[in-house]
Amino acid sequence: MAKHKQIPIWIKFLTTAGVATLIIGLSATILESCSESKANSSPSTIVNALPDSVDFNFHIRPILSDRCYTCHGPDANKREANFRLDTEEGAMAALEDGRGFAIVPGKLESSELYHRIISQDTTEVMPPPETNLTLTSHEKALIAKWITQGAKWKTHWSFIPPQKSALPPVTIHDWPRNEIDYFVLNRLEREKLTPAGEADKATLIRRLSFDLRGLPPTLEEIDAFIADETEGAYEALVDRLMDTDAYAERMATEWLDVSRYADSHGYQDDLERFMWPWRDWVIHAFRQNMPYDQFIKWQLAGDLLPNPTHEQILATGFNRNHMINQEGGIIPEEYRVEYVADRTITTSMSLLGLTLECARCHDHKYDPILQKDFYQFFAFFNSVEEKGQIDYGEIPGPVMELDGKTIKETLAFVKDIPEDTTFKFMVMEDMDTSRQAYVLIRGGYDNHGEPVEPGTPAALPPFPEEAPKNRLGLVQWLTQPNNPLTSRVAVNRYWQMHFGKGIVGTPDDFGNQGSLPTHPALLDWLATYFVASGWDIQALHKKIVMSATYCQDSRPRKELQERDPRNELLARGPRHRLAAEMIRDQALAVSGLLNDKVGGRSVKPYQPKGLWAGVTGGGGGSLAKYVQDENDKLYRKSMYTFWKRTVPPPSMMMFDTPERNRCTLKRQATSTPLQALVLLNDPQFVEASRLLAYRMIADGGESVEARIGFAFRTVTGRSPGVDEMRLLRLYFDKQYARFQADEQGAEELLEVGEYPHDACLETAEAAAYTLVASSIFNLNETVTKS
Amino acid sequence: MSDPLYDHRLTMNRRHFLSKMSLGLGSLALGSLLPGCMAEGESLMASAAPTNPLGGILGKPHFSPKIKRIIYLFQSGGPSQLELFDYKPLLREMNGEELPDSVRNGQRLTGMTSGQASFPLAGSLYDFKQHGESGLWLSNLLPYTANIADDICVINSMHTEAINHDPAITFFQTGSQQPGRPSMGAWLSYGLGSENENLPTFTVLLSRGTGRPMGQPLYSRLWGNGFLHSLHQGVQFRSGKDPVLYLQDPPGMARGDRREMLDMLAQLNEMRMAEVNDPEISSRIAQYEMAYRMQTSVPDVMDLSDEPDHVFRMYGPDAAIPGTYAANCLLARRLAERDVRFIQLYHMGWDHHDNLPGAVKKQAKDVDQASAALVMDLKQRGMLEDTLVIWGGEFGRTNYSQGELTATNYGRDHHPRCFSMWMAGGGIKGGMTYGKTDDFGYNITQDPVHVHDFQATVMHLLGVDHERLTFKHQGRRFRLTDVSGEVVKAILA
Repeated sequence: MAKHKQIPIWIKFLTTAGVATLIIGLSATILESCSESKANSSPSTIVNALPDSVDFNFHIRPILSDRCYTCHGPDANKREANFRLDTEEGAMAALEDGRGFAIVPGKLESSELYHRIISQDTTEVMPPPETNLTLTSHEKALIAKWITQGAKWKTHWSFIPPQKSALPPVTIHDWPRNEIDYFVLNRLEREKLTPAGEADKATLIRRLSFDLRGLPPTLEEIDAFIADETEGAYEALVDRLMDTDAYAERMATEWLDVSRYADSHGYQDDLERFMWPWRDWVIHAFRQNMPYDQFIKWQLAGDLLPNPTHEQILATGFNRNHMINQEGGIIPEEYRVEYVADRTITTSMSLLGLTLECARCHDHKYDPILQKDFYQFFAFFNSVEEKGQIDYGEIPGPVMELDGKTIKETLAFVKDIPEDTTFKFMVMEDMDTSRQAYVLIRGGYDNHGEPVEPGTPAALPPFPEEAPKNRLGLVQWLTQPNNPLTSRVAVNRYWQMHFGKGIVGTPDDFGNQGSLPTHPALLDWLATYFVASGWDIQALHKKIVMSATYCQDSRPRKELQERDPRNELLARGPRHRLAAEMIRDQALAVSGLLNDKVGGRSVKPYQPKGLWAGVTGGGGGSLAKYVQDENDKLYRKSMYTFWKRTVPPPSMMMFDTPERNRCTLKRQATSTPLQALVLLNDPQFVEASRLLAYRMIADGGESVEARIGFAFRTVTGRSPGVDEMRLLRLYFDKQYARFQADEQGAEELLEVGEYPHDACLETAEAAAYTLVASSIFNLNETVTKS
Repeated sequence: MSDPLYDHRLTMNRRHFLSKMSLGLGSLALGSLLPGCMAEGESLMASAAPTNPLGGILGKPHFSPKIKRIIYLFQSGGPSQLELFDYKPLLREMNGEELPDSVRNGQRLTGMTSGQASFPLAGSLYDFKQHGESGLWLSNLLPYTANIADDICVINSMHTEAINHDPAITFFQTGSQQPGRPSMGAWLSYGLGSENENLPTFTVLLSRGTGRPMGQPLYSRLWGNGFLHSLHQGVQFRSGKDPVLYLQDPPGMARGDRREMLDMLAQLNEMRMAEVNDPEISSRIAQYEMAYRMQTSVPDVMDLSDEPDHVFRMYGPDAAIPGTYAANCLLARRLAERDVRFIQLYHMGWDHHDNLPGAVKKQAKDVDQASAALVMDLKQRGMLEDTLVIWGGEFGRTNYSQGELTATNYGRDHHPRCFSMWMAGGGIKGGMTYGKTDDFGYNITQDPVHVHDFQATVMHLLGVDHERLTFKHQGRRFRLTDVSGEVVKAILA
C-alpha cells in the first residue's frame, strides 16, 4: 500500500459527512459539471453539489474517458502500467506493481486510484502533469464518492438498447400535449422551473414553416392560420406543410451534409461529377415518406437486393459521394483505401454515431473499438471495383448506364436528361470475388497486417447469424431490434433539426467522449417510438412539433439566462440562426424570385467573379471557370447551387455550411462580419430587396406605412411596432428625398441583378423601398428562427 | 459537449454582457467580436471572452512571445531546393550517372517517375555562392535574397510525409494530409485572437507564378476554419474593386448612406433586444459594426497610392501591378503594420516536372526581389524584430531528372525526404543554415525538421505551446501538430 498521504479537507468532509444533502436528479449534474470556479469552492460547496447517488455512466465514465483513457483505455499499445480503466475487469484487477488495487469498492482508503488523483507529488499524481490534463476538486470528489458508494460499474449508456419507459409524473397536468412533454416537464419540475407559455401564432407558423420546409410562411398562410380557431388548426398546418415538395427538399438538404454530397470530386483539380440524380432520389424518398430503415437499406445495399430496381441501385450513390482523386503521380491504392475508409467513417458516424475513424491507425483511445473492428467494418465496403486514381473526364466506376428513355420510365424523378442520351450513374457494386481486407498497420495503405472479414464491432450486439456478410447483412444488423444506436442516432438528428441541438449534443459521437443525453429517457422513448412506428420519419417529426415543448415561446427569460443559457432543459422554445440555405431561400421567396422547380442539374447563381479561375491549375476542366447561369436558374433553391468542393459557394460557407468533404452531422450557427457583408451587399440580396420593393408597391397598399408593414410582415411574420415603424418610415423618407436628388444613384441601385428593372415605377421611390427592404433583410430577427 | 471552461465563460459572459449593456454600443462591439472558447457549434455570443475583448481561447500566451505576427510566403508546387538553397556540387560531378539504390533506399516514388527505367542524377544548372558575413550559400537565382543572407535562417533539412501536392500542402497548412482540419492561421486566431478591430486577423493573398502559370491549383480549405468557429477562417484579399468578398456597397449608396442604414438597423435590433432578451442580437449588431469598419479599413490597406516611389523600386516593378507576388508582399507589410496576426501569401507555379531550368528561373525572378524587400522593409521600420517571415513550399524535388536529361534541360519530380525553406525575423537566428543533407541531396544527415516541428516552432515563437492549444471535436482533442512536433530550439535566437 502506498505511503500515507495528506487527505484534502473536502475529502474528509465527504467521508465524515457521508451522503450529501442536496437532492439533485441523476442527470441534473450534467449541466453543472465542473466549472473552473468549482475548483476553488469550499468543501461544503463541493460536497453539497455532489449528487445523492453517483452514477457511473453519467458522472464517472465521462471523467475517466476524458482524462484517463488515453493511457489507461482501450488502446493496448499505449496502455501504461498494463492498467486499464475502460473495463470493469481491468479497473478492479490487482495492480501489477504490487500496490494493491486501484479501486476497492466501498473502501476509499484502500483504493490506490484515489490516492493517486489527490496526490501532491508530481511523480505520483494522476493524470501526470505532462499530459496537460487535470481533475477539478469536484471531479475528484465525485470519484471518491463513487468509490465510497460501492464503485458500481455499468455498460456505456448508448450501448444498452433503448427501453421504452413509462411516462414520468408531472404536476402541471394540463401542460403536456404528448409524451415528449412529460419527460421535459418532469425534468423542469425537478429543477424547480416552469415551461414558457405558448409562442404566438405568427411566430409558431414561421418556426414550423422553416423547420418543415425550409421556407417562411406566406402572408396568406399566416393570416389563414391566425384566423383558424378550430382545435385542429395547428395539426392541419403540420400535415399540410409535410405534404409538400419543400418538406422533402428540407429533409434532403440535411442528408446532403451527412452524406457529403457535392458536384465535384474534391481533390486537386477537383473535376465535375454528376451525382445530382442521387440527390434527387433523396428528395423523392422523403417525398414518399420512405421508412428510415428502407431509406438506409437502399443506400447501403440497394444493389444487393434481389432483382434490384434502377431506383434501388441509384440509391447506393450514397457510398460514392466521397472525394475522388485524379492528381498525377498519386499512388492509386493509397486513395482507393482512402475511399473505402471514407465509406466506413461516413456509415459508422451517420448511422451509429461512432467515431470509428479513431481506430484507423490504432485501437480507439476512448471507446471499446479495436483497430481490427475498424477494418472489419471497412471490409464491407472494400470489394468495389474502382480506381484510386481516375482519368480526367472519366466517370468513376462502377456505374449504372441507362438511356434517357429508360431513365424516364424507371426513374421518373430524375429530370434534365434528354431521352436520346445515356447517363452513367455512380453506384455501388461488389466484385464477384471479394477483395481481401487487412488490418492496416498504423493505417498505412500498403502495410498489411492480419487479414479480416466483414464484421461489426465486438462491443456491440453480434452480427445476425443468418445474415450475409455483406452490406445487406450490415443493414440487417443496423436495423435489428437490439441495435442500441441506429434509432437513437436518427431521432437525435431529427430532434436537432427542430431544436438546433440534439438531446445528445454531439450527434456524431455517442461514445465515451460524446455529450450525455440531457433527457435520456426521452431519447429512448423517441427511439423506441420511431422503430415501433415502422421507422416513420414524418410521424416522428409530427410528434416533435406537436409537443407543447416545441410550441413554447422562445424568448430567454431572465432567470434562465444564467441557469440554462443553452436551453438544455427546454424551458423555452427553440431559437437559433437560420441555416445558410434558408437565409437565401427566404429572400428569394418573399421577393417573389424563387423558382421552386424540384431537382435537376445543379445551378450556378451569382458568385463574385474570378473565384474559380483564381485558384485553378491547368486541369480544372469544365470547372476551371465559373460560368454563371441565367434567367430563372439564378433563383433556384440554395440546395441546388453547384457545389465545387475546393471553392465552395462563399456566401454559403460564410453561413457555416460544411465543405462537404466529409460526413457532417452538425453545423455551427455563428455570427460574423462577413455574414453582414453578404446580407448587405451580395447582389442576390440587393436584387431580392429590389423585388420585394416592387411587391411593396404593387401589393402593399397605398400608404408608405402600409407598404413598410407589408414587407416587414412578409419577412418576419409580424407587424412592426410603433417605434419600429417610425424609424423605418423616417428612413424611407430620407432615402426617398435623397434619391429624388440623385436619380442616377437610384437607377444604378435598381440595376443590380439580372432581373429586369421595372421601368414603369418611379425610380426614386423604388430605390428607397429597396433600401427599406434591404434593411429588413438585415435584421437579426430575419435570420433567426424564434 | 459540456466543456467546463466553456460553461464558466458562458456564465461569466452573461454577467459581463448585462453589465455592458449600459455602456452602449461601442464597448459592446468589441466585447463580442471574437470568440474565446468554443464548444462545438455554439454561437458566437456565448463564446466571447469576457476578459480580453479581442482575445483568443488562451487569454494570454503560454509563455512570453517573441513575435506578434507572421507573414508566410508559401511557394506552392514544391520549389527545387537544389537550384535555390541546398548546394550539391557532387550532382554536377555525377551529372547523368544513375542514382545509387543505396541512396534511394526504398523511398517511394510518385506515379510520374515510378515507371522510369533510369534515374539520372541532375546537377543544378545554376551556380551557388556564399553571401553575407555568415557566408550563407545561395543560388545565383536569388541575387536579392543574397542581400538579406545575414537575416535569414535557411533550413535544408525539412521533410514531409506526403508526396503529392494536395495532401502535402494540406499537411503543411493544417497538420493533416486529409481535408477537414483547421488551417494554421485559424488555429492562431482561435488561440490568440486579434490585435486589430478593423481587419480580419487571418488574411490570404494569392498570386500566380510565371514559371508554370497553369500548374497546380489551390483550395480554399487551405485557409479554412475546419471545425473551429467560422470567424477564424482566413479572409482572402483580392485585387480589384471588391478586395474582400461583398465588401463594396451597392451602387447608389455612399458611405454616409450605409452608416445611416446601419444606425437604423442597430436601433431596430436593440428594440428587439429589449423585447426578446436574446444576446445573439447584440452580437450581430457588433458584427455589423466590424463589417462597416472593414469597408473602410480594407480599401485603405489595399490602396498603395500613399507608398513612395522608392518603396516600389525596392519591391520591384511588379509591385505596382495588383495581384502580383510583389504587390502582395507590399500589401503584407501594410497588413503587418496594422497588426494583422497571420498574413498568408500563396505564390503558385513551382511544380517543375520538366523544363525546370527555365521555369525555376522565372519563378525565382517572381519572388526574389520582393521577398528580400519585405524583410528589409520590415527591418528598417523596426518591425522585423516582432514579425516572423517564412518562405517555403510543400516539398522538395528529386536529385534525379524526371524525363530526359540534356545539357540544358531536365525536370525534377516531387521529393518529400528533404527540402529547404527559410525564416527570418523575431526570435530566429539570422545568417544561419540549419540541417544537412547528404552529398546527393537526397537524404537528411543531420537535424531533420518535420512539418510538425516547423509548426511547433512557429507557434512557440508566438508564445504558444503547440501541445496545449487544442480543440475537442468528435471526442478527441485536436491540435495543429496532430500527435508530434518538437520545437527546433537551435534556430531560435
